Amino acid sequence: MAARGAPLIVPETGPAPGRAARLGWWARLRRYGLSRRQLAWLLFLPSVLVLLGVLAYPAARTVWISLHTLRLDEPWLGEPFVGLKNYTFELQQQDFWNAIGVSAYFTAGSVISELLLGLGVALVVNESFRGRGLMRAAMLVPWAIPAVISARLFGWMYSPGVGAFNALLNGVHLHSGPLDVLSSDQLSMPAVILADVWKNTPFIALLLLAGLQVIPAELYEAARVDGAGPLQRFAQITLPLLRGSIVIALLFRTITAFQTFDLPFTLTAGGPGTDTQLLSLLSYRTLFSYVNFGRGSALAVILALICFVMAAVYARQLTVEEF
Amino acid sequence: MSTLGGQIVRGAQGPSGGTRFKRGKVARLIMLWILNLFFLFFFLFPFYWQTITSLKSSLDISATPVVWFPTHFVFTHYQTIFAGTPPFGRNILNSVIVATATTLISLLLGTLSAYALARLPLPAKRTILVLVIVMVTFPGIALVASLFVFLRDLNLTDTYGALIIPYVAFSLPFAIWVLTNFFRDIPAELAEQAEVDGCTPVQSLTRVILPLSAPALVTAGLLIFIGAWNEFLFAYTFMSQSNMQTVPVAIYYFGGLHEVPWGEISAASEAVSLPIIALVLIFQRSIVQGLTAGSLKG
Repeated sequence: MAARGAPLIVPETGPAPGRAARLGWWARLRRYGLSRRQLAWLLFLPSVLVLLGVLAYPAARTVWISLHTLRLDEPWLGEPFVGLKNYTFELQQQDFWNAIGVSAYFTAGSVISELLLGLGVALVVNESFRGRGLMRAAMLVPWAIPAVISARLFGWMYSPGVGAFNALLNGVHLHSGPLDVLSSDQLSMPAVILADVWKNTPFIALLLLAGLQVIPAELYEAARVDGAGPLQRFAQITLPLLRGSIVIALLFRTITAFQTFDLPFTLTAGGPGTDTQLLSLLSYRTLFSYVNFGRGSALAVILALICFVMAAVYARQLTVEEF
Repeated sequence: MSTLGGQIVRGAQGPSGGTRFKRGKVARLIMLWILNLFFLFFFLFPFYWQTITSLKSSLDISATPVVWFPTHFVFTHYQTIFAGTPPFGRNILNSVIVATATTLISLLLGTLSAYALARLPLPAKRTILVLVIVMVTFPGIALVASLFVFLRDLNLTDTYGALIIPYVAFSLPFAIWVLTNFFRDIPAELAEQAEVDGCTPVQSLTRVILPLSAPALVTAGLLIFIGAWNEFLFAYTFMSQSNMQTVPVAIYYFGGLHEVPWGEISAASEAVSLPIIALVLIFQRSIVQGLTAGSLKG
């Protein structure tokens, strides 16, 4: 039964080691099955093949394309190797630095708003009062709606004149007359961020709520006995104990916000001008509008690298204690 | 568990007198409800707006001042989208096929790997899991060009495979992560006992671990399904024929020659949001668990 020194299935009750050696591999397989190690690899193999074939290989291919000139509209140019030229070219473009700035603006704006609002929601839902179940359910509505649909929905609400947003602004006298937020230099990005905040705040709220629920109630009791007020209890118990959840929510949303595509692509298509053209949108436009695969891939690689660095920090946070 | 200005956790055990206690309780409830109503309005108003738009007559949609509470409902927008070319039902069918296939394949492959990671000897498990997490957050935009070339060379664009293959690859890391954590939480003695009783590891997976994991499989399956249902970037790039497009792409393309058909867009959005929202509300508990497990541990 001692097949290749692997840990055995049932070592205590297995037959004497000598017997297995006398059997051929097929007979051994039929009688005792695979060793645990072999079985582990067999079960793991299909996933490895899919991940290597459909994630790792295309990722490597993107890097490869980014080192070449590849224009789908001029196939006769072939695919000559150009080294880092696509990168040095893009690094000198104003569009690129604009996109970096726009992505940073979008990421910071949406993640910070979502964190603050999500913390508020989580604190409210964590309180016990009649009706909090309603809010837990209501939160899931924006989360479940596809980003494209929420983009079109907000596009309609922002529509000047007859949209809900304008009517609300006029109703509370914040503004009078039609206001076309999506055509405005200053307001288009906040408008995109608001749509993103609507859709993604529930996610952060749920993460933080899970963190709040594991804080022992005794801590609050003890602090109350010591005379700590609500704000002190929040600052000295809730915040420190929620730190881990906040860091994880923050990292996860920062990574996903930085690669956001559907929402701005549908809502503003990067406009007006390039005011909301995130790096993902610039990369996509370079790839499929200018059909310049070399330069578009270079932009995609830069985006992936930024996300990758953040993801490495994030993965460390998640697996620090395990394994 | 009171974390927000809460005066009371369990009854009037505090040293404060009765009136102070009551006043604090009322103030706390008022504050909670003000915040609650604000958040409810924020989360639900856009959905309310979409719903009434889909049911308003075109005249009411473009009316000023805005009709907040329509009294006259019409179903013409729904009739129009389901009679279009291709009918919206076709887009829904495409989405259902792609999302269902993605879910089933990802769950199958994810279960096998997660079992190996959680219960069987594999080298460098920690490294594998770190890689899995990094892959969960991998940007689709970085692969869209090379996947496009890859699928075009295999003549797979405009087939369901063009979406199912990348969707499986993108949801597999999530499935592996959630299921591995879940399998690890099942007491080891249960599986070991089964093996002492004569089960092979595969039998202990199918007879002990899987029945216990039904909730985790439902959770992971729902989140994968919703992810595939909502995906846009690949669906938009790899499907050019309108009768192969999934729901988000169809809704992206809804437009008119002269004015935007907000009633029809809202009707289409409503038709595909409602089933998903119903699903989410029915499985609320397991979805919340899965979301939390997907980015937090266990």
